[in-house]
Amino acid sequence: MTTVSAPEAAKPSRGFRLDLKTAGPLIALILLVILGYSLNPLFLGEGNVTNILTRSAFIGIIAVGATFVITAGGIDLSVGSMAAFIAGVMIIIMNWAVDAMGASLATVLFGIGCSLILGVGAGFINGFLTTKAKIEAFIVTLGTMGIYRSLVTYFADGGTLSLAGDARDIYRPVYYDSFLRIPYPVWVFIFVAIIGWILMNRTAFGRYCMAIGSNEHVARYSAIKVDRVKTWTYILQGLCVSLATIIYVPRLGSASAATGVLWELEAIAAVIIGGTMLKGGFGRVGGTIIGALILTAIGNILNLTEIISNYLNGAVQGVIIVAAVYLQRGSFRAGRKKAAE
Amino acid sequence: MSLKAIALGLLATSALVGGAVAQDEKITIGVSIPAATHGFMGGLNWHAAEAEKRLEAANPNIDLVIVTADGPEDQASDLEDLVSVQQIDALVVLPFESEPLTEPVRAVKDTGAFITVVDRGLTDPTIQDVYVSGNNTEMGVNSAEYMKTRLKEGDNIVILRGIPTVLDTERFDAFMGAIEGTGINVLDDEFANWNRDDGFEVMQDFLSRFPDIDGVWAQDDDITLGVVEAIKQAGRESEMFVVGGAGMKEIIKGVMDGDALVPVDVLYPPAQIATAMDVTVAHFTSNGPVTGSYILGSPLITQENAEAYYFPDSPF
Repeated sequence: MTTVSAPEAAKPSRGFRLDLKTAGPLIALILLVILGYSLNPLFLGEGNVTNILTRSAFIGIIAVGATFVITAGGIDLSVGSMAAFIAGVMIIIMNWAVDAMGASLATVLFGIGCSLILGVGAGFINGFLTTKAKIEAFIVTLGTMGIYRSLVTYFADGGTLSLAGDARDIYRPVYYDSFLRIPYPVWVFIFVAIIGWILMNRTAFGRYCMAIGSNEHVARYSAIKVDRVKTWTYILQGLCVSLATIIYVPRLGSASAATGVLWELEAIAAVIIGGTMLKGGFGRVGGTIIGALILTAIGNILNLTEIISNYLNGAVQGVIIVAAVYLQRGSFRAGRKKAAE
Repeated sequence: MSLKAIALGLLATSALVGGAVAQDEKITIGVSIPAATHGFMGGLNWHAAEAEKRLEAANPNIDLVIVTADGPEDQASDLEDLVSVQQIDALVVLPFESEPLTEPVRAVKDTGAFITVVDRGLTDPTIQDVYVSGNNTEMGVNSAEYMKTRLKEGDNIVILRGIPTVLDTERFDAFMGAIEGTGINVLDDEFANWNRDDGFEVMQDFLSRFPDIDGVWAQDDDITLGVVEAIKQAGRESEMFVVGGAGMKEIIKGVMDGDALVPVDVLYPPAQIATAMDVTVAHFTSNGPVTGSYILGSPLITQENAEAYYFPDSPF
């Protein structure tokens, strides 16, 4: 309860509070960049920066969707499996289209269209089961997580689904080519981030999400269509997963049971590192973007250096994640709270 | 359907099964393997299913029951079910992990079943009647021997490892032992988790970090596919070559077609499960002795011999 009421209680010093909230993840990212650069100056080379941005696009785009779900008090554990499932089905559909009518731009566009429909549909199922069937989001999405993961394993016979060579050649540039020296996946990421930011901060939908996440009952009494808004957050999440898949498939042209494993945890971690509350009620799309960049940068730095034993990679990640969240929630905040009183 | 009807149906089925056992000395062999969660295990599952079809067609009195597990605990439960429900006469098991499964397999052995252990050995080898395995040490050595034929003193290689396990360490140590003293520099090694995406990202980072790489030991074909994409993205195909491992059909096809970037592969056969099933069935059908250890070779697959290792229908 205290956390939920905290933003309201702190209204008088709002500007100051928001400043530090925003700055927390950013400070963590800057510290990480300095660390990366000092360990290996190549970290800030153009090629490496492009790599980090492109890689963070997958988790980042999914995490923007997750920001809405979590802000409205929900959770979606199915995103990683959903990505694998959509990628798999998309590849099957495109291979089928190549057999039926040959590989062309239309084949790829057809695959992309199907991916969007699948994403929205999968999101709707999660939302519908959560709101109408009144099953906890954790259980619904835990269930769909298992379903999508097994379906993709089943479609691939336990192996790997690979996109037919001709379609692959047409589709490949979507991941590998750039516009104004910025790769297409990064453009998609930027686009999703901007739309997400506007939706969260400048529309009634964003305010509804926060209201529902703070207190669902109060939101219901305030004439907010709670079920509809919550369902929309899952649809939005599905759409984001589908967009991430559209730029993921051309990278390796394949999907398997190993695709997207643990993406759900990375996406949720990016959201929380970015300053969104896991219990809902407060969402920050900008922070989520920084969270995704932090997660990707950690992996990249570990690959660029030899000083840390490979066996400890997970430990380093854990420490940095906890430290990043501490920067915005830890003793500074407690201190300021006392000062404000 | 009423409960009564189901109960009647069950009774009828069990009566039929009972009759069959009485008529013909039916032999049930349980096969317990990890689920198809990645490429290699997918291939292993496929080969197990193929062997089941083939062996059951050839031996009408033999029934093979394949069960797949998601983890060591799950597999231990599977073993209990195989004993209590299927009443197996023999067990072919690829243990998820050696330590936790040693006692459950011993319990199966105590029921009088014939035990064949595949790939990952148990901590107590006296339990097994037959042991069939790929050879991680030879795999590492053969990869290194090939590297030595292509590289000279002062050349640089990078290594992408799998998941931190005994198996990975065996390969790695054997490889490092074999290139020792050749003057080939290992720039760095990182774990890529037997996964294409991780292979791609780790290789991207190696490429931005090291301007001069002459060879890549990816030691796994899934990792290799990711590595190849990263090298192509950087446009550095002509500078280096990649050595993978396992025997994935896409890679074998490339080797057959004379791919310069991935010129060879080193076998670590997912079909070893079929070998194990064959040997186990032979224990009941052949007049020759079968107990003992079968360590399969890890030969170098080159353009000349690739065709023999190509299974276009396998998912792996």
